[in-house]
Amino acid sequence: MRIDGKGLIDRTKPVRFRFDGKDYAGYKGDTLASALLANDVRLVGRSFKYHRPRGVLTSGSEEPNALVEVVGPSNQTPNVRATMQEVFEGLVAQSQNRLGSLRFDLLAVNDYLSPFLSAGFYYKTFMWPRAFWEGLYEPLIRRAAGLGSLSGKHDEGTYEKAFAFCDVLVIGSGPAGLMAALTAGRSGADVILCEESHTLGGRLLSDGGTIGGVPAGEWVAQVVAELQALPNVRIMPRTTVTGAYDHGTYGALERVGLHKPARPNLPRECFWRIVAKHAVLASGALERPVAFENNDRPGIMMASAVRTYLNRYGVVPGKRVTVFANTDQARAVARELLSAGVQVAAIIDPRPDAFSVEDCPVHVGAEVIDTRGRMGLRGITVRKGSETFEIETDCLAMSGGWNPTLHLTCHMNGRPRWSEELAAFVPMEGAVPGLVAVGAANGSFSTHGALTTGHAAAMRAVEALGRKVSVAVPEAEDMPYRLKALWAVEGKGRAWLDFANDVTTKDVKLAAQEGFRSVEHMKRYTTQGMAPDQGKNSNVAALAVLADATGRGIAETGVTTFRPPYTPVSIAAMGAGGRAEGFAPQRFLTSDQASRDRGAPMIEAGLWYRPSYFPKPGERTWREACDREVTMVRQAVGIADVSTLGKIDIQGKDAGRFLDFVYTNTFSSLPVGRVRYGLMLREDGLVLDDGTSARLGQDHYLMTTTTAAAGLVMRHLDFVHQAFCSDWQVRFISVTESWAQFAVAGPKARALLSGYLGQPVDLPFMSVAPIKVGGVEGRLFRISFSGEEGYEIAVPTRYGEALFRDLLARAETMGGGPYGMEALNVLRIEKGFITHAEIHGRVTAHDIGMEKMVSVKKDCIGKAAATRPGLWGPEREQLVGLKAQGPISAGAHLFVPGTEVHRETDQGYVTSVCWSPTVGAWLGLGFLKDGRARLGEKVRLVDHLRGLDVICEVCLPVFHDPEGEKLRA
Amino acid sequence: MRLTCPLCGERDRREFYYYGAEDYLHRPAEGAPLAEWDNYLHLRDNPAGVTKDLWYHEAGCSQWLLVTRNTVTHEILGAELVAERKA
Amino acid sequence: MPELIAKSALEGRSLALGGVTLAEVDTGPITSIAVFPGGAKALAKGLKTLGLSMPAPNSFTEKKGARSVWTGRDQAFLIGVAPPALEGAALTDQSDGWAALALSGLGAVDVLARLVPLDLRLTACPVGTAVRTQVNHMNAIILRTGDYAFEIMVFRSMARTAWHELETTMAMVAARAGVKI
Repeated sequence: MRIDGKGLIDRTKPVRFRFDGKDYAGYKGDTLASALLANDVRLVGRSFKYHRPRGVLTSGSEEPNALVEVVGPSNQTPNVRATMQEVFEGLVAQSQNRLGSLRFDLLAVNDYLSPFLSAGFYYKTFMWPRAFWEGLYEPLIRRAAGLGSLSGKHDEGTYEKAFAFCDVLVIGSGPAGLMAALTAGRSGADVILCEESHTLGGRLLSDGGTIGGVPAGEWVAQVVAELQALPNVRIMPRTTVTGAYDHGTYGALERVGLHKPARPNLPRECFWRIVAKHAVLASGALERPVAFENNDRPGIMMASAVRTYLNRYGVVPGKRVTVFANTDQARAVARELLSAGVQVAAIIDPRPDAFSVEDCPVHVGAEVIDTRGRMGLRGITVRKGSETFEIETDCLAMSGGWNPTLHLTCHMNGRPRWSEELAAFVPMEGAVPGLVAVGAANGSFSTHGALTTGHAAAMRAVEALGRKVSVAVPEAEDMPYRLKALWAVEGKGRAWLDFANDVTTKDVKLAAQEGFRSVEHMKRYTTQGMAPDQGKNSNVAALAVLADATGRGIAETGVTTFRPPYTPVSIAAMGAGGRAEGFAPQRFLTSDQASRDRGAPMIEAGLWYRPSYFPKPGERTWREACDREVTMVRQAVGIADVSTLGKIDIQGKDAGRFLDFVYTNTFSSLPVGRVRYGLMLREDGLVLDDGTSARLGQDHYLMTTTTAAAGLVMRHLDFVHQAFCSDWQVRFISVTESWAQFAVAGPKARALLSGYLGQPVDLPFMSVAPIKVGGVEGRLFRISFSGEEGYEIAVPTRYGEALFRDLLARAETMGGGPYGMEALNVLRIEKGFITHAEIHGRVTAHDIGMEKMVSVKKDCIGKAAATRPGLWGPEREQLVGLKAQGPISAGAHLFVPGTEVHRETDQGYVTSVCWSPTVGAWLGLGFLKDGRARLGEKVRLVDHLRGLDVICEVCLPVFHDPEGEKLRA
Repeated sequence: MRLTCPLCGERDRREFYYYGAEDYLHRPAEGAPLAEWDNYLHLRDNPAGVTKDLWYHEAGCSQWLLVTRNTVTHEILGAELVAERKA
Repeated sequence: MPELIAKSALEGRSLALGGVTLAEVDTGPITSIAVFPGGAKALAKGLKTLGLSMPAPNSFTEKKGARSVWTGRDQAFLIGVAPPALEGAALTDQSDGWAALALSGLGAVDVLARLVPLDLRLTACPVGTAVRTQVNHMNAIILRTGDYAFEIMVFRSMARTAWHELETTMAMVAARAGVKI
């Protein structure tokens, strides 16, 4: 029901929205919860386990009941707290966790089965028989688990992530936060002020009062106006600081577009990483419910929430309100309701010494012990001493006192301290370096306490920043906080602690009885605190009940660990931009467009995109194209872009010495103009990478790495250089991106290049020479990864596309053309050249038959460790070739024919396979125990995944031109 | 987590690659017994408290850093360039 | 005689959105200067002929269109001029290895704050700053050329990704400001 003349909503701006298929009206400034309450909608959801009818409990992000699904154009967001969702024109929301309609939820049968659904029900029930685990229990549990539902489609919404830096981060904009922000802001320090709600002011917007002689709302407006005018202050409304992390880093979730109709490019949410030198935690406190029988009916709300709905939204959630509270502060709501003309049925104050001033019945020393009204509260039962009586009421405002919102102070493993005086946990000072809790978050519950502590914390930060400022703290109420701790009213029925997960006082007692006495065990056994609200409403009361049940004190019982995030953060926001192509950078070759123009499917090679094959008309499968390309290279000439290989320019008098140290073989003796294959080990003796290095000048080398390990090798070289020889005369830098490089391979390669360059090419195998391509300076290498006479021609990257098109045009006049990754792979397998499929991080130089490449004349990285027992010898799996008449697969394992196939009889495995059009057989490379001594043997290749069981012949891993005559031609 | 690179200044942890303990800097001399290599490569302390380890400023200046930090409090006590470290 | 046509990574693309502009820029030659141990003096002499010196960490200096940009320990990029004969350092041509993008406008900082994990406040990152950092997942060199102007260098092969990410972010920042796109 809306009350005239109350609230901060804009009554000139009506807003229409839809809930569970019905249209409603609210105002700009309303939340979904306040607008529904204004429309007298009390039933908004069903509880998780018992499917009990539930209404709005709170007015903040801790809401456990009013969780709804918001339906957008491209997404459906479950578990949206109606208390946080602002209404906007066209908002569509629906209730969740029901089977059938919200009023007639078929799963409400669970409520009648509650005697069987006690704590640990799952653990006890779904244990046996074992045969039911997968077939019956899992589908059953999956059906019941989870809250809300998704659209099942990709969320096409925009999400954002961002970084921010400041001197002082102020979390919360109640009196403490505003005072802190004002003080720090006036000093000139860079301030970020985060407020979870859409309006600044915190409880001042709900509780009224005066500050410095003016109404609190006016003071808020003045301070906000001043802060807005300060260029060094950034105000972030709708932003929840969700986590405190190491070294002044805070996570925060901003609701950017969730309160508006969706618009292209407008982010729904933004996840901020804020780095602050100082932080002031002014997050306030959370009012705690009281556990009594049937305390979960729609219409039973927190007293502070009733006050917020009245003063901030001009809404009264009932016609006849009752207040059940144990603090003086909470009773103010009764007085405000009365002055607003709302009927107050009674005030029930459990404190025996409580005053009685209100113009309504006040029952001192009394407790609510039961309630009535299945779909909404109709009445309560009150006990005072030995007497019980009924009160008719449709709204019960309850308060069991306040818990400081100290969660962030525990995010780095800090433990809060129990305060007997406040009957609450308060933050442990210094638990998060640089973060100071103030105001209600630190147990200072009066407005005066908030203002002074907020000011003091900001002053300390200002001084630490070397700044000066003088700000007067205005006067405000300083009412003492006086309460009688009341966690649970004694009774036999179910009294809810955790509304969201349906955990009652009985469950906690049962947990204690069954031996789950540690608060962490109780939590997991009962699931208390494990719902979306993470126990914000129930943690302290639950452990108080546990303490009572185990005969311990609350301080001794302790709390569970509060971990980030404080409120749920969507993965979409945290990983904003990281979906699909945004997951990692894409690296494109200069030949990319030319390859795509020819219809080549592009495949990922690390971050690079490389052509898989170049289909010709009439070819139906990739294999047909691949076979043709292989034969083309073997018989004519093929062109492939090999620019993805890592290239490192190494210079200096000690360059050769450095290469000798990082490679197993010697490079200092390499003549200028020559190229050598090099093998690089990790310090533990396993192979890191291989590649060719060219000596371009006396003190100048060019190292090539594999595509896969380019970054890894750079990091390794940096480590070796900086850790062991930083004083050597050597410097190096990646030039991978500087050169476009193309393989020209095949018996007609030389003719092609001679024609193209306009002069006869005469380079010995494994050498390099400077060339001019037109006017462009380039390099020509004679190296081969195909086994044919091969060259690689390199020009500065800007000319890459032009060179590729030229080379293709020439090749095609000679019966050649481009070849892709598939053919490149077949060519190298036929020749027995290894890639990272073979040097996969578990093989040694000995395993790949290159132990003779480890020079005995010098030290190198990995040399010593490679000699350790177990890293060489016949017990190792060694590189072999495999030949078969039927298809074989990489990943298959090898066995002796006739033996059983299991782990103990495993003889090795296959790393690379292909159909070889050159040899006319299936070829493989793999590792076989003592393989080099077993050439000619037959082995059994088994791949359970692909259903292969094939007999192969073990051979030398070089199937084509074993003498290398073509290479050197 | 933030690390202060002696060259680049204070940076977010995402710019760094973690390698391992300082021990990697003390490479045994050529010909050292295998037990010494085993120790160098594999045997590590796991202190609750102050430790020194190696981080690579991969997205920054490409320098290796020797970082002194506390594994209990997460406090960073200092970082120096491996290339310019004292002894 | 072959005639090769040069192409820049993004063929000179440019874009304006919500008061922020993004454009590929031609930096001219880029040369890595990596000082050898003991080579600083000899190098300084050579650089003096250009009126330049080795820049302090995280900064760049500019003289008559030639920039000396700090890129690492005892390392700088000479940008905009062909290198003179220099001793005491390894020189490596990097002209083709990078794509450079100029980002400017009042909202430029807001755009970068969504991609770069760096404090971009003028107090922490004044004009003349050169940093090695990341643009989202890409390594980058970022120069602050004005209060509202930056130059961003990324590996040439990643230029399209960099463009896409900056463009997307510009659109989000513009949408937040209420600009209809």
